[in-house]
Amino acid sequence: MRHTRAVPRVGPLVAGEESAEVLDVDALLDDPDRHVLVCCGSGGVGKTTTSAALALRAAERGRKVCVLTIDPARRLAQALGIERLDNTPRPVEGLETQSGGSLDAMMLDMKRTFDEVVQSQASPEKAAQILANPFYVAVSSSFAGTQEYMAMEKLGQLDAEARRTGRYDLIVVDTPPSRSALDFLDAPERLSSFLDGRFMRLLLAPAKGPARFMTAGVGLVTGAVTKIIGAQVLQDVKAFVAAFDTLFGGFRTRAQRTYELLQDPRTAFVVVAAPEPDALREAAYFVERLRAEQMPLAGLVVNRASPAPVESLSAGAATAAAERLRGEGDALAAGLLRLHADRVTLVARERRLTGRFATSHPDVPTAVLPALSTDVHDLAGLRRIGELLSSQRA
Amino acid sequence: MSATLFPDAQLHVVTGKGGTGKSTVAAALALALASRGQTVLLCEVEGRQGIAQIFDVAPLPYEERLLVRPQAGAGDVYALAIDPESALLEYLDMYYRLGRAGKALDRFGVVEFATTIAPGVRDVLLTGKVYEAANRNRRNKGARHYDAIVLDAPPTGRIAQFLNVNQELAGLAKVGPVKGQAEVVSTLLHSPRTAIHLVTVLEEMPVQETGDGIAELRDIGLPVGAVVVNLLRPQDLDATDREALAGGRADRDALAASLGAAGVEPTPELLDGLLEEGRHHAERRRLEDEQRAVVTGLGVPVVELPLLPGGVDMGGLYELAERLCEEGLG
Repeated sequence: MRHTRAVPRVGPLVAGEESAEVLDVDALLDDPDRHVLVCCGSGGVGKTTTSAALALRAAERGRKVCVLTIDPARRLAQALGIERLDNTPRPVEGLETQSGGSLDAMMLDMKRTFDEVVQSQASPEKAAQILANPFYVAVSSSFAGTQEYMAMEKLGQLDAEARRTGRYDLIVVDTPPSRSALDFLDAPERLSSFLDGRFMRLLLAPAKGPARFMTAGVGLVTGAVTKIIGAQVLQDVKAFVAAFDTLFGGFRTRAQRTYELLQDPRTAFVVVAAPEPDALREAAYFVERLRAEQMPLAGLVVNRASPAPVESLSAGAATAAAERLRGEGDALAAGLLRLHADRVTLVARERRLTGRFATSHPDVPTAVLPALSTDVHDLAGLRRIGELLSSQRA
Repeated sequence: MSATLFPDAQLHVVTGKGGTGKSTVAAALALALASRGQTVLLCEVEGRQGIAQIFDVAPLPYEERLLVRPQAGAGDVYALAIDPESALLEYLDMYYRLGRAGKALDRFGVVEFATTIAPGVRDVLLTGKVYEAANRNRRNKGARHYDAIVLDAPPTGRIAQFLNVNQELAGLAKVGPVKGQAEVVSTLLHSPRTAIHLVTVLEEMPVQETGDGIAELRDIGLPVGAVVVNLLRPQDLDATDREALAGGRADRDALAASLGAAGVEPTPELLDGLLEEGRHHAERRRLEDEQRAVVTGLGVPVVELPLLPGGVDMGGLYELAERLCEEGLG
């Protein structure tokens, strides 16, 4: 299934009541030209579970898969055999391998990934100097966006390794639980433009080149910065920038390469959402952003949809009937009727919300996954999700 | 109206894992406090414009805006979206009277620099603004005084770090005004004037994070408030009925008879459907009960809010606010 570029549409008038095309998950997973799947969406929508389920299904359909997870639930991590945070993919046990596929899993170690980038880019002495700098320690362990950046960095590494060795032919990557689903797209750019920023340059060489004419301004500026964060921090930053200087170019190149990989038709994005206004709003932003960046979107997965209730009884009729049974003694019947009424209302609302998304994005293939009645933390559960994702009715 | 669980709290910090509805709970809590006649400020700090979306108003600026003026006897609710850049410029202006020089800083990229070099600095600026609003009555004459402040805070996974402003800065800014600012903010956050509430749903992952969050907060001596269990499923069926449904042993004939008596035609399709819905519900409730036991074991007051099947509109928000009042929060 090749991705077709979205045709720009004009305004909401184009949209009628239409339901979106169904996402053909198996075709996506089987496509031999597809080598990277990125699962993204806002926090709490089940991205990690979805990416693990997609990876497992692809592996059991014969692909050589590596899944990169960010922050899995403990029991899911156990099921995948990745409780240890060692930044190395490990084979998942319990896989059905008749079709010749394989599945490795790993959990991202943000700091270690950053350290490795520094070590690969700088001479050993310089690397040691950078790694020991307090400012580097702060940036690499808690800079807003470092996790996002490092997830993309790790993806780039895995992809390069896969191309070189043929160990994998599909990499499935989960994205960090950002406040906004879009953060990881911006993180490489934000970090490299920060490290490369004008003020950083001024700190390094305030009296050279055109900056010379701004010396008075620079004095004011560094003075103010010292006031805000203290002179010690500024010293650390200067030392860091001096040591890091030669690495800036490398960081930019790497960020650029990751960005190109994300645009490549070898890649596909799966946007994950829940049938809630916030999650679907984020999903809509994301779909539009991918389009603007010309990144290939495979489709939308709506997780945790309430299972459809039996259709022959309306919410109003069920509530009325439950009322009539009040005091009649049959608590079970009354309870089931009230539950049914709530379920009908809930499902109608969820359908309205997903329908609204479909109306404004009719060309986004969608799969709707019913909420399971139990939590998923083993391969059997992931397999079940994979089956449900692949058996969507048109 | 029952007695309130946190009579001394002036600053209510609301956190929760993504998808648990923390912003909705923060909004409902603001309404609940206002219903007791308090003037309330509802703040957000993540740049999501969540308040504007919940109350269906235009995006909020860095400026306190009247959000809701509830019925007579209740206090007003104001809203404020705090971003670190504006907070820094205001801070510099307040303490250094930078005026136009502040704008120059912005042009040089210094503001971005100072607010990105470490999340610690960002967090001090964000909590610093909340502190300013909380202490305003003393220093700023004529400024609006708030009886209560509700902070829609970053998610549970980051809350201890966010509020532990002192510690986080220690490695970076050892001296300087930001350090001083962090200290006064820290004093407020560690006092009984603050209560940190954690929103969760009764599922494994969020409950686990809630437990971890409480442990972290306690470790650093921050005052844990209540756990708010949100999106609770209806509690209509008793344990015996749920067991029968889960085991496929519910009395189908009795159900058919009752439906008939209630004027609903008990077709086989409807009976199957209702029993299946009941079974699904019973299984989910079983998981909820397991997680509820974990939540109860956390040693923190627990407040429960129902799932509103039709979604949370203004009416729904007031409904949740009323529940919060009944349960002693707000």
